[in-house]
Amino acid sequence: MEVPRHWRLKQQRYALVGEVCPHCDSKIFPPRDVCPYCGEEAKTQYTMSGKGKVYSYTIMRDAPAGYEENIPYTVAVVALEEGPMVTAQLTDLGDKPVEIGMPVEMVTRRIRQDGDKHGMLVYGYKFRPAVRA
Amino acid sequence: MTTETTNDPSKLLLKTDRKIGIIGYGAYVPRYRIPGEDISMVWTGHKTGSPVKEKSVAGIDEDVITMSIEAARNAIARAGIDPCELRAVWVGSESHPYAVKPSGTVVAEAIGASASIQSGDWEFACKAGTEAMVAAIALTGSGMGRYAMAIGMDTAQGKPADALEYTAASGGAAFIIGPAEEAVVEIEASYSFVSDTPDFWRRAEMKYPEHGQRFTGEPAYFKHIEGAARIMLDGMKRSPSDYTYGVFHQPNPKFPQRVAATLGFTPEQIKDGLLSPDIGNTYAGSAMIGLTAILDIAKPGDRILMVSYGSGAGSDAFSLVVTDKIAARRELATSTAEYIARRTQIDYGTYLRYRGNISME
Ligand SMILES: [Zn+2]
Repeated sequence: MEVPRHWRLKQQRYALVGEVCPHCDSKIFPPRDVCPYCGEEAKTQYTMSGKGKVYSYTIMRDAPAGYEENIPYTVAVVALEEGPMVTAQLTDLGDKPVEIGMPVEMVTRRIRQDGDKHGMLVYGYKFRPAVRA
Repeated sequence: MTTETTNDPSKLLLKTDRKIGIIGYGAYVPRYRIPGEDISMVWTGHKTGSPVKEKSVAGIDEDVITMSIEAARNAIARAGIDPCELRAVWVGSESHPYAVKPSGTVVAEAIGASASIQSGDWEFACKAGTEAMVAAIALTGSGMGRYAMAIGMDTAQGKPADALEYTAASGGAAFIIGPAEEAVVEIEASYSFVSDTPDFWRRAEMKYPEHGQRFTGEPAYFKHIEGAARIMLDGMKRSPSDYTYGVFHQPNPKFPQRVAATLGFTPEQIKDGLLSPDIGNTYAGSAMIGLTAILDIAKPGDRILMVSYGSGAGSDAFSLVVTDKIAARRELATSTAEYIARRTQIDYGTYLRYRGNISME
């Protein structure tokens, strides 16, 4: 069942809410309650700035079910300012070619609808070229 | 019409017990533009006929919820408050993505507001956002809560080939209302003026609105904006020359220019808030985003008269004074001019696809 799963994940999906390690100050996304850097418990909520750079990317011409209306679209691995790597769709590219190292920022967008047009709308993070570089 | 209960217009103005103002504001305009002459070419075969140069179009993954989230984040950045301190997150629109399920709760969670808020959606055609502003003024001015957010946002749809297709655009603005001592703009008073008018409507199951041609100008837009503005001016014992800026609902470039002239505002007073030639009519966002463009350049002490208009019909007027906090705060988020300058032109086919007007079934 997709709707309840989305409801639990929505803070991280809407706003890049992750964690900060109280022991080594590492920023963690997605949240996992254990610091991947020092192995200690890390449950303190931390909202990422949403700023980052394109680390790598690929253009999707065939989409998984539910994502067809966006094709073709670009999926990138974004290196967040705070350190974590996030995989997400890029949006609002306009006529700009995507480049490695391009500054991007998080926006909350409509990701897809659950099933057909009777279904719930699913919102989540994407990245776009930074408006203020 | 019912008889007014008083002849003293100052008694009709809505004023709060506590002094309040706008402590943060944020605009949003999507990046896509379709020129008016391209729409004209599709339906008439020639380029003339559009009242606007171009209009803003939301991207395929945007709707009133996503656009409200961005404007709200800008307003919070400028207000410098913890979103958990908000006691209301209200979205006014005529294009809420759901018929039943509030836009406001999604926006509230995305911006990090708490669960302890009011969050019903507002509807009153193009004045849904300013109606929410009046409610936010009441909530904070009464002391029920310290901060309240009101958003006016639309992804307006015009029926293909209809006159409204040239102007029905996407965009809007968010305002956080709070104590005057934290405000970038103090709100002196508001005033609302309504009547049952059949100028424009959309039935619940219909995708596109209808308009009663004979009712769109004089008995609707002009009567209500002039009515609200005159009571505000008389009630405040002011004239248009006491205001640095006037900003009115903008269904096209002509109506606001004409209503301004009738009221006694000069072209100079309205030019900075007049965005419809470049982005079209953002419906519930129209007057509000015009105000954000003014706040991006206004100086402390400047007075602003804002009057919205919503079909059906009514107007909300606001008398505002800019404070000395404006200069430092405006830099904290993307300006309205930056959003308008961030522009990618699209063709008519892409426009239909982005607005969900190509059937895939
Ligand atoms: Zn650690």
